Amino acid sequence: MAGNRFNAYQDHGVGIGLRIPHYAHIFARKPVVDWFEIISENFMIDGGRPLAMLDRILEQYRVVQHGVSMYFGSVTPPDPEHLRRLKQLVRRTGTPWLSDHLCWGSVDGTYTHDLLPLPYTWEAVERTAERVRMVQDYLEIPVAVENVSSYAAFTSSQMTEWEFLTEVVERADCGILLDVNNIYVSAMNHEFDAMEYVNAVPAHRVAQIHIAGHSKYEKYILDTHDHPVIDPVWDLYARAIERCGPTPTLLEWDDRIPSFDEVHAEAKKAERYLHPQAATLTEAVG
Amino acid sequence: MSAGTMSLEQVQRAMAAAVMQPLTEDEQMRSTAADGRSMAAIAESLIAPNSRLSSFERLEIYNRQYWFRVLGALAEDFSALRAVVGARAFEAISVAYLTEHPSRSFTLRNLGSKLPEWLAQHPQMAGRRHRLAVDIARVEWAFVEAFDGAEHDPLTAEQIATLDGGSRLALQPHLRLLALEYPADEVVRGLHAGEKRQASEAGIASEEIEEAPAALPGIRRRPAWVAAHRVEHAVYYKRLRREEFVTLRCLSEGKPLADAIAAGFAESRLNEVQTARCLRAWFANWAELGWLCAPELELLMEGM
Repeated sequence: MAGNRFNAYQDHGVGIGLRIPHYAHIFARKPVVDWFEIISENFMIDGGRPLAMLDRILEQYRVVQHGVSMYFGSVTPPDPEHLRRLKQLVRRTGTPWLSDHLCWGSVDGTYTHDLLPLPYTWEAVERTAERVRMVQDYLEIPVAVENVSSYAAFTSSQMTEWEFLTEVVERADCGILLDVNNIYVSAMNHEFDAMEYVNAVPAHRVAQIHIAGHSKYEKYILDTHDHPVIDPVWDLYARAIERCGPTPTLLEWDDRIPSFDEVHAEAKKAERYLHPQAATLTEAVG
Repeated sequence: MSAGTMSLEQVQRAMAAAVMQPLTEDEQMRSTAADGRSMAAIAESLIAPNSRLSSFERLEIYNRQYWFRVLGALAEDFSALRAVVGARAFEAISVAYLTEHPSRSFTLRNLGSKLPEWLAQHPQMAGRRHRLAVDIARVEWAFVEAFDGAEHDPLTAEQIATLDGGSRLALQPHLRLLALEYPADEVVRGLHAGEKRQASEAGIASEEIEEAPAALPGIRRRPAWVAAHRVEHAVYYKRLRREEFVTLRCLSEGKPLADAIAAGFAESRLNEVQTARCLRAWFANWAELGWLCAPELELLMEGM
């Protein structure tokens, strides 16, 4: 079956993040790309070049919105202006679903602009699910929450991250943007089994999957989106596809961005797992 | 209090305070909080250690990430200010400003909105180049606003021809008017041209810039009136005569056309013929640039 109700039953294939250094290539060559993911906040503005470029992209490509500042886990209610602008952009792009992170990042109206991890407590489950539900109702499209990379775990946590994710999405009745690179990064940083996480996720709720590269430091791993996807992350991706079926997949590459062709080629490796028979046939034919 | 007995709100306030506390000079997390408490103790109350990192070290990752992110964002939007005051002074300005004015917006685009005003009130932060630095900050912030401000339908030539002294007008929302003490627009243009610039969604990303304050030969204090505006998605700085600047500012404040023109030429040395020639040229130019728009309905109601 192609898609589920959390991605509006869309079979989007493999997309890449829309990034400024690639604009010239995209407009000149018009490459075949299944879809682009945009960072919503970059286009929640009143006018100018960003919106003009977005409109040109929308003429030829499917676009899905991904946010970085909804902070579903923040206790302080969301800024009404943020929601208003987001809904305005949703109407402009026609995004079939929208994603943001399972995290917090603002309190009392002050913003850290970071994806801060939540304590995995029942209070956080309740509050986060309530906010996801509210945002989903307001936007009137399916919302998917993304697991974040984290570098700290709270002493007050009462459950594992995957249990927390499951509790939130079940109560909010929303989708999951499963970031398998984030699972890998957090597994290394918190010393848990990444495959156990992938196996525990409610597969029927996975609307989209993120793949990406990261940076390894002496004592921890940072989610930097500036490298190709490593094999252990492809293994997690393969297992996720095995469990979820073909799922819209997006490669994130946000720093030290290589050429469009290089990013696109890295993303297309996902097709080996999404359509293994086609990939085998292509290899056989040469 | 440990995180186990804290509400989610208390945990978030405690962690935000820790994450947003300025770093030490060598970019580490401070050992004590602003209220004198031990940061190690605060970290241990919130964060569990793992086999490689202490609670303090894990919290420090977020503390460093916060400052690297916000300092980087300000440096992108105010690259000329950074060049004029030097990298070290700019970082001190940024840390002091952000400590007093942390982000209150969902988007980093608005991070520097209060910097020009804040810098004007803190002359000690920019030394002998303070007034120039303030002007440069204003020019660079005007760029951000002109870059992605709204664009309304401009008045057509036919509509402009029907205006009379009682007409009220609005200016394009992306147009920003600046009265400067220094020709800071020239300085900004020169410094930006020297950078390898790449437009980002909300501003400009700068490449490596000299660490020491940039040499500015020939820069002298002399007033300049500037419009930052957008044409075909590109931002330009246009020099204005003082009379033109005042007229436009009065129009943007909702004054009737005759009053705006009278205010514009109140202290002018131009004679009637010159004034008439200027007005014809300005209106033609404003029309060509699409600067004149119909005012919002509320403004019209106020004037009734």
